[in-house]
Amino acid sequence: MKAFAQLFLSLDETNKTNEKVKVLKDYFINVPDTDKMHMLALFTGRRPKRPINSTLIRNWAIEASNIPQWLFEESYHVVGDLAETMSLLMPESDRSSNKTLTEWIAEINVQAARTEEERKLWLLDSWAMLDRQERFVFNKLLTGSFRIGVSSNLVVKALADITGIEAPALTHRIMGSWMPEDYTYDQLVQEQSAADNISRPYPFFLAYPIQETSEKRKSAEEVGLALGDAEDWQAEWKWDGIRAQMIKRGGEIFIWSRGEDLATEKFPELHPFLNALPDGTVLDGEILSFQNGLPMPFNVLQTRIGRKNLSKKILTDSPVATIVYDCLEYAGEDIRYKTQSERREILEKLQSETEYPEVFRISSLIQFNSWDELEKIREQSRAMIAEGIMLKRKSATYQVGRRRGDWWKWKIDPLSVDAVMIYAQKGHGRRADLYTDYTFAVWDGDKLVPFAKAYSGLTDAEINKVDYFVKRNTLEKFGPVRTVKPELVFEIGFEGINKSTRHKSGIALRFPRILRWRHDKPKEEADTLESLKDLLGEHGG
Amino acid sequence: MGYYNTMAKPLLEFTDRGIYCAQGKFYIDPWKPVDDAVITHAHADHAYVGHKNYLAHHLSKEVLYYRLGEINLRTIEYGETVTKNGVQISMYPAGHVIGSAQIRVEYKGVVWVVSGDYKTDDDGISTPFEPVKCHHFISECTFGMPVYSWKPQSEIFTDVNNWWRGNVENGVATVIVGYSLGKAQRILQNLDLDIGKVYTHGVIENTNEALRRNGVMLNPTERITSESSKEEVRKGIIIAPPSSVGTPWMRKFGPYSFGYCSGWMAIRGAKRRRAADRGFIMSDHADWNGLVSAIDATGCECVYLTHGYTASFTRYLNEIGFNAREVHTLYGGEEEDSTITEGEEVKEENELSKEEKVSPIGGDLEGAAP
Repeated sequence: MKAFAQLFLSLDETNKTNEKVKVLKDYFINVPDTDKMHMLALFTGRRPKRPINSTLIRNWAIEASNIPQWLFEESYHVVGDLAETMSLLMPESDRSSNKTLTEWIAEINVQAARTEEERKLWLLDSWAMLDRQERFVFNKLLTGSFRIGVSSNLVVKALADITGIEAPALTHRIMGSWMPEDYTYDQLVQEQSAADNISRPYPFFLAYPIQETSEKRKSAEEVGLALGDAEDWQAEWKWDGIRAQMIKRGGEIFIWSRGEDLATEKFPELHPFLNALPDGTVLDGEILSFQNGLPMPFNVLQTRIGRKNLSKKILTDSPVATIVYDCLEYAGEDIRYKTQSERREILEKLQSETEYPEVFRISSLIQFNSWDELEKIREQSRAMIAEGIMLKRKSATYQVGRRRGDWWKWKIDPLSVDAVMIYAQKGHGRRADLYTDYTFAVWDGDKLVPFAKAYSGLTDAEINKVDYFVKRNTLEKFGPVRTVKPELVFEIGFEGINKSTRHKSGIALRFPRILRWRHDKPKEEADTLESLKDLLGEHGG
Repeated sequence: MGYYNTMAKPLLEFTDRGIYCAQGKFYIDPWKPVDDAVITHAHADHAYVGHKNYLAHHLSKEVLYYRLGEINLRTIEYGETVTKNGVQISMYPAGHVIGSAQIRVEYKGVVWVVSGDYKTDDDGISTPFEPVKCHHFISECTFGMPVYSWKPQSEIFTDVNNWWRGNVENGVATVIVGYSLGKAQRILQNLDLDIGKVYTHGVIENTNEALRRNGVMLNPTERITSESSKEEVRKGIIIAPPSSVGTPWMRKFGPYSFGYCSGWMAIRGAKRRRAADRGFIMSDHADWNGLVSAIDATGCECVYLTHGYTASFTRYLNEIGFNAREVHTLYGGEEEDSTITEGEEVKEENELSKEEKVSPIGGDLEGAAP
C-alpha cells in the first residue's frame, strides 16, 4: 500500500505528462504483478465492490475523529472529497503496515462475509496503522469513485514502454469485463487473439469537435480550409443516443456502452437482430428510443437508463432501436485497418441481410457537394432530432480514442438564454471550498424562477470572482447552499428543452452550461420564463 | 433589568470603518480613512492608506513606509503602553509575520485584545505568539476547520530543501512561491544555503530591503534583474510572489519546478487548482488546534470571530463552552486567501517593470480580492 499511496502522491505532484508516465513506470517496475493488475483495474474504473455501506464508514470515521457530526459534514464541504475528509480528521496513526495493495484489497473483499461489529473493529484497526496518505487511498478504495486525474491512456503508455507492446493493442486487452483476481499480468502481456475473450469490445474511436464552443463558430469556409475537399468526406447525422458496441461471437451477444459497461440486458429489443448476425461480427452505433420509425429526444431514453427492471410500460413507452454506423469485426476478422468506405460497404451488406430493419438501422449518408451545402443541411439537425453532423474521412481507419484528423463532430450551436444566478454551492475535487455550482433563474413577472443548474463553462479566474461575490453577497444559508443577491447574469447554453413535472419552472434542460458571463447585462434584462417556454414549442418534445 | 440600564457601550465596537474604541477615539485596522489608526501588521487588508495617524510596532515601520508612502507613523515595542484619553493601548507578539502585533486595549479594568492575524507556532523569524489574558478576544479563524493541522516547520523545510536539491541535480530551476511579507522571509531563513544561492523577485526584494532597513537580519539574497544569468539562477532557488505564477517573467526560467507554500495546500483540491508541481503545507495562520488553544489561553469571557470559517468555528466554540460571536469585517481578502484575481497579477507585473517607482499605495495587495 505504501507504493500505491506514494504513486498517488507523486501523480498529484506533477502536471507534466512525461513525468506522470515516469511515475507510473516506476510503480509498475517496483511492485509485484498482482499489484500491477489491481492498479490497472483501479485506474481504468474497475473498483472493488463496496463491502461496507458508506454511511457506516462515515459514522465510524466521525467516532474516530472525535468531532460532532455537523462539523464533519462542514469539513466535507470544505474538502470536497469524503475519503480525504476522513483521512484528514482522524488522529495520526501509531503503527505502520507493510501489506501490499493486493493484500489490502483481499482484506476489503472478505469484509462482505463479516458481521458489522467485526467490520468496525477491522476498519478502526486498519486506520490506526496507515499514515495520512495511505489512509486517503485506502478510504478511496472503500468508498466513492476512484478518480485520479490520470487518463487510462497514460497508464497504457507507461505499460507500453515497459512491455514493448503497442499502446492500441494494450488498450484493447484491457477493455471489457475482467477482474484483477482472474486476469494475470502474464496473460495481459502474452500474445492473444480476440477469441481469448469473446465479450471483449474494441476501444471506441471518438470524434474531435470542429468547434469547441459556440463562440468559436466555424464557417463552411473555415471547415473547408481545415478538412480539404468535400468529396473526401462522408457525412452523417450525429445521433443523440447511447454510443454502443454490439458483439456477436461464439453464439453469444454483448452490448457495451461507451463507459465500458456491459449493457446487454438493458436493451432486449436488440437481441433478436444481434442473435441473427453471423458469428464474429462487431458493430458500432447509437442506441435511441424510436417510435413510428422516428427517433425520440434523449430524455425519453433517459427514463429507462438506470432502471434495474424494465417494465412493460417502459418497453412500450420508450422502445429502442439502433442506428449503426460502423463495422469493426467481420467474419471473425478485426477490420479496423480497412478504410471507412470499405467498412461501410460491409456494414451495408450486413444490414441489407437483416430481418429486423426496424431495429437494425443504418446511419444514412448525407448527400452533399460542397461545405456550403452541408452547412445549410446542418441547420436541419434539430428537426432531425440530431445533435449536428459527423464527418468521417473516406480513407480513415478505425482508430483508438479521441483523435484529431479523421473523425469530426460538427455540432449545432446550443440554444441559449440569459439568466440570473440565485443560489450557489461549493464544488468538489479541485473546486473544493469554492462556490462553483450555481442555480440560475429567469423572470416570471417580477419573480425569479430557478430553471437550471450549471457547473461548468467559466474560467478559473472567473470562478474566483464569482466565489468572491458569493461570499460577500449571501442572503441566506441552507446547509451547503447559499442564496445570493440576484445580480450576476450569465448566458446559459443547452442542447435541448423539455417539459418537466419535477421542476418548479415546468421545464428541464439538456446539458445546461455557462456560455459566458454577461457583465454587460443588468439582472432586469435577463430572459423570461415565457421566452423559455416559447423555445419549448419550437424545439421541445 | 431596568429600562435605562447603566450598561456602558463596549470598549471596542465593530463599525463600517473597522474596529472602533469610542473612549480612546481610535480605530484598529480600519479600512476607511480615520484620524487615529492602530495597525496590527502591514498586510494590505489591515494597513490601509489614508489615515491621519498610525500606531504600529517598530518592526513594521519600514514596510509600512514602503507600502503606504509618507504616513504619520509612531511605532512602539512589544509590551510598551500608549495612553489615549485614559485608554491604555499595548502590543503583544502575534507570530504572524515580522512586526505583527496583537493589540491590547484596557480601560477601567476591562481588557480587550485584537489578535489581527496570528499563528501559535514559532517560525524562527517573527517574534513568537504570546497569549494575553483578556475579557474580550477578537480573533481571526482563517483556518478554523479541523481538517487544517500543520506539521512542525522542520519537517516542511526538510521537504523543501530535498526538493530544491533534487531540482539542482536534474538541472531544473526551482521557484518557490510565497507572499512577499511573511512567507518569503520565513522561506529565506530556513533554506539550506549550502545547496545554492537565493534569488528574489523584485516585489519580494523590496520588502526584504525594507525589513533590512528596519534592522532585521536576513540571509543574503540577489534580486533578479534583466542581467541575471539564467544558468546561474537555475543553480539556486527563486523566491517569487503568487502573482508571478505563469507569467512570462517566470516562464523565462524554464524548465522549472514550482512549489507553492500555503495552508490551503492541505486540501488536495486546492492544491490541484494551483497546479503547482509541489505544494508545501505552510501557513502564517494558526491551524485548528492552534486557534482553539490560543482562544482558551486568553481566559476570555467572549470571543469574536472576524474572518475565516467564522460560522462553523463560532458554532463549535459555543458547543464546547466558549461564548463566541461571529462578526463581519473586511479582513481576510489577504495573505492566504485562496483567490488571486487577474487584476493583481497585472498589477504586480507592472510594478516590477517600474521597479523603483513604487506607487503611493506601495507594495502588493497580497492576494486581496478585487
